[in-house]
Amino acid sequence: MADILKDKERVWENKSNDFGLLPSSNVELLKKQAKEVKTTSLQRLALQEPQCGFGELGVCCRMCYMGPCRIDIFDGGPKVGVCGATADTIVARNLLRETVGGAAAHTEHAMDIAEVLKEVAEGKISTYTIKDPEKLKKVAENLGIKTDGRDIKEIAKEVAEVSLEDFKRLEKEPAVWIKAYTPKSSYEQLEKLGVIPHNVWRPIMNAMHRTSMGNDADPVNIMLADLQMGLIDGLGLTMATELSDVLFGTPKPIKSKANLAVIDPDYVNIAVHGHNPLLSEKVVEWAEKLNDKAKSLGAKGINIVGVCCTGNEVLMRHGVPLAANEFQAELAIVTGALDAMVVDYQCVWPILSDVASCYHTKLITTMPFVKIPGAIHIEYSPEKADEVAQKVIETALEAYKQREPSRVFVPDSAEEIIAGFSVEALIEVLKKVNPEDPLKPLIDNIVNGNIFGVVAIVGCPNPKTRRLAFTERMIKGLIKNNVLVIVTGCIAHIAGQSGFLNPNKVDSFEVGDGLKQVLKALGNVAGLNSLPVAIHMGSCVDNSRIGVLLKALSEKLGLKVSDLPVVASAPELISEKAISIGTWALALGVTVHVCPPPRVLGGPKVTEILTKDLKTLTGGEAYVESDPELAIKGILDRIKQKRIALNLPVPEMVHI
Amino acid sequence: MKKVFIDPSKCTGCKSCEIACAVEHSMSKDIYKAIFEEPRPPRFNSVLKFDGFTASLRCNHCEDAPCVAVCPTSAIYRDKETNLVVYNSAKCIGCWQCAMACPFGAIYPDLERKVARKCDGCNDRVKSGRIPACVEACPTNALIYTDAVTLEQFKRISTISSLSKSTKTYMEVI
Repeated sequence: MADILKDKERVWENKSNDFGLLPSSNVELLKKQAKEVKTTSLQRLALQEPQCGFGELGVCCRMCYMGPCRIDIFDGGPKVGVCGATADTIVARNLLRETVGGAAAHTEHAMDIAEVLKEVAEGKISTYTIKDPEKLKKVAENLGIKTDGRDIKEIAKEVAEVSLEDFKRLEKEPAVWIKAYTPKSSYEQLEKLGVIPHNVWRPIMNAMHRTSMGNDADPVNIMLADLQMGLIDGLGLTMATELSDVLFGTPKPIKSKANLAVIDPDYVNIAVHGHNPLLSEKVVEWAEKLNDKAKSLGAKGINIVGVCCTGNEVLMRHGVPLAANEFQAELAIVTGALDAMVVDYQCVWPILSDVASCYHTKLITTMPFVKIPGAIHIEYSPEKADEVAQKVIETALEAYKQREPSRVFVPDSAEEIIAGFSVEALIEVLKKVNPEDPLKPLIDNIVNGNIFGVVAIVGCPNPKTRRLAFTERMIKGLIKNNVLVIVTGCIAHIAGQSGFLNPNKVDSFEVGDGLKQVLKALGNVAGLNSLPVAIHMGSCVDNSRIGVLLKALSEKLGLKVSDLPVVASAPELISEKAISIGTWALALGVTVHVCPPPRVLGGPKVTEILTKDLKTLTGGEAYVESDPELAIKGILDRIKQKRIALNLPVPEMVHI
Repeated sequence: MKKVFIDPSKCTGCKSCEIACAVEHSMSKDIYKAIFEEPRPPRFNSVLKFDGFTASLRCNHCEDAPCVAVCPTSAIYRDKETNLVVYNSAKCIGCWQCAMACPFGAIYPDLERKVARKCDGCNDRVKSGRIPACVEACPTNALIYTDAVTLEQFKRISTISSLSKSTKTYMEVI
């Protein structure tokens, strides 16, 4: 039959088979997946491309049924929607709703942990305990809660209650967590702008209200609400990290491995995927307890591997190896050696169910509001945590019996990594250099130019940018220019797999002399050859650790956050959560590089606010650049400007 | 000659073809940069709706094109390699004869520069083996890139297959 779509199918095929700079381990598994599952993320992306231009630029409005309306960004078409909303109004409202999506995810994650802490403190559940009372005391002090002579459980109860009150406070007093954890200068500035929230729920309610049809049309006013939503996201991040540390322990430097090769065909392999450590911690605990059961099946034991950010959580605290980032989660199943993948929430792609159905792998959902057709659902609740973890492991053991060895393919490329750099752990290392004033060595090295600046590379692994190796190229370019790189989230997976977290591989990269000297000196006091070229600070909620560090630095030096030679970058963002984290960083005064471009460029005023006006409001700046090399240059230029403003020496830049 | 055909029954009116056209005819060919370009990138197709009938319309690159025939300066001409009807702005005098002659309204007068512009069938893309930008962008395959002979052959085959099915049912009922 004459095929009239032949030419178009050829376009799709070429795009699906364009692996670009993806590492060979990924390519091998993508090919295996194309053959055995008949779908890959690259293929699905190819079928969507080119994606809707109105959506990409943010000028599509679906808020009411006179629409959907679109603004013509080129000449000739409509410039307002049916109601009269301009491109800027539409773009601002859409951005605020995206930010709400991210902030809601992070604050619910935090609330889940706060509720468990309360129940533990009240003795209502016995499944969890407080593993780090020291951290609890510190958090309590930060929140203004008395600790002297009080019982741990009593302190924990009050911390949990104060935390939960932040969600629902009726009095018009600032949210306690935001007041306690926002750098002072940023807080004062944000207070002047009138955007300090008094609780979490009301602004989320208000944001959905004000962006619905026939409400706020002023892009500037909506952007202020967006800044507020950023702060709420920051509250979620901070509370999630700090209370997780209280319940599960504050991370310390720990060695492990990364890449899909950590899935070991000799073991019963269980992947933990999602975000909240409440579940993954229990799975790790029970894997140890039930290890003998796996041996009785002929396996060497149970091997828990981490996917996405819950993987980072258990890596940071237990050294569980990192198997796959969000983009590679399907590939973990495609190895044919994964017996179960247990997920909680966020960044869990529904395709995992289809992929798992082509293998013996069991996909297990656990959250009442995250179900996937085709997956097994074992419902989690804190009081049933042990039971759920046991069931998960038993499901995996059962699946292991069905494994087909002929279909197993695990690439051979595990990379050594070191992770676990909480702020406390970093201070611990720095204390060995200067016990009285641990931050001083870090500041001195920034001042003398050994460290040109600090760049936190955070966020997701987007199939759109993965084949460009955006993150890898950025890290390489930055370390060459003496930039200290901090990584979190799925970016940490990418960094780990490429050797940037391997303390023994520092010499195999082109690292600036100053930075190399600092890394080696700090590594030596920590009992290592060197610190790795990128510092792994945790999962995506652990971006709060960077916030805590910024607060400490800015308050110690008496400088605004925007004065510090620090830039954040989300070079491959996927999630609305990345947008809300970025908004939080902008509210604190951080310069934030993003790619792919956020969906605001169709609104000239909103674009101007984010890229220019914000500098005078909070000190933050959004910087959009889709070319890795130009992004490095742009980031270095921005750090340079900050150094010049501080009268710091500006060394010659190598660029890339 | 391959060209863009339209299946209006599949057109949702999403205007992806319009954007793809403007981006393709911008200097940067990147949507995020194209929106900041001056002059704004032009586009040569339009999604129109009439009585529930939605379609994306553009130059049909007629085999015997009236615009080519009437152009006094040969600014509009036929590319020998691709057979597409293309134009050379430098030769255009803005007499709008082509606009009068075109039965489809496919000529887009550029009043600023006083020249006629129209769909070039993505001539450069086609020459490098790629398909027109609007076709690549169409999410529902309402735009089809093929030649008239293949299209008609396809329609004959799909019609006969649907007819044979209905005939069978008819026979069974009898």
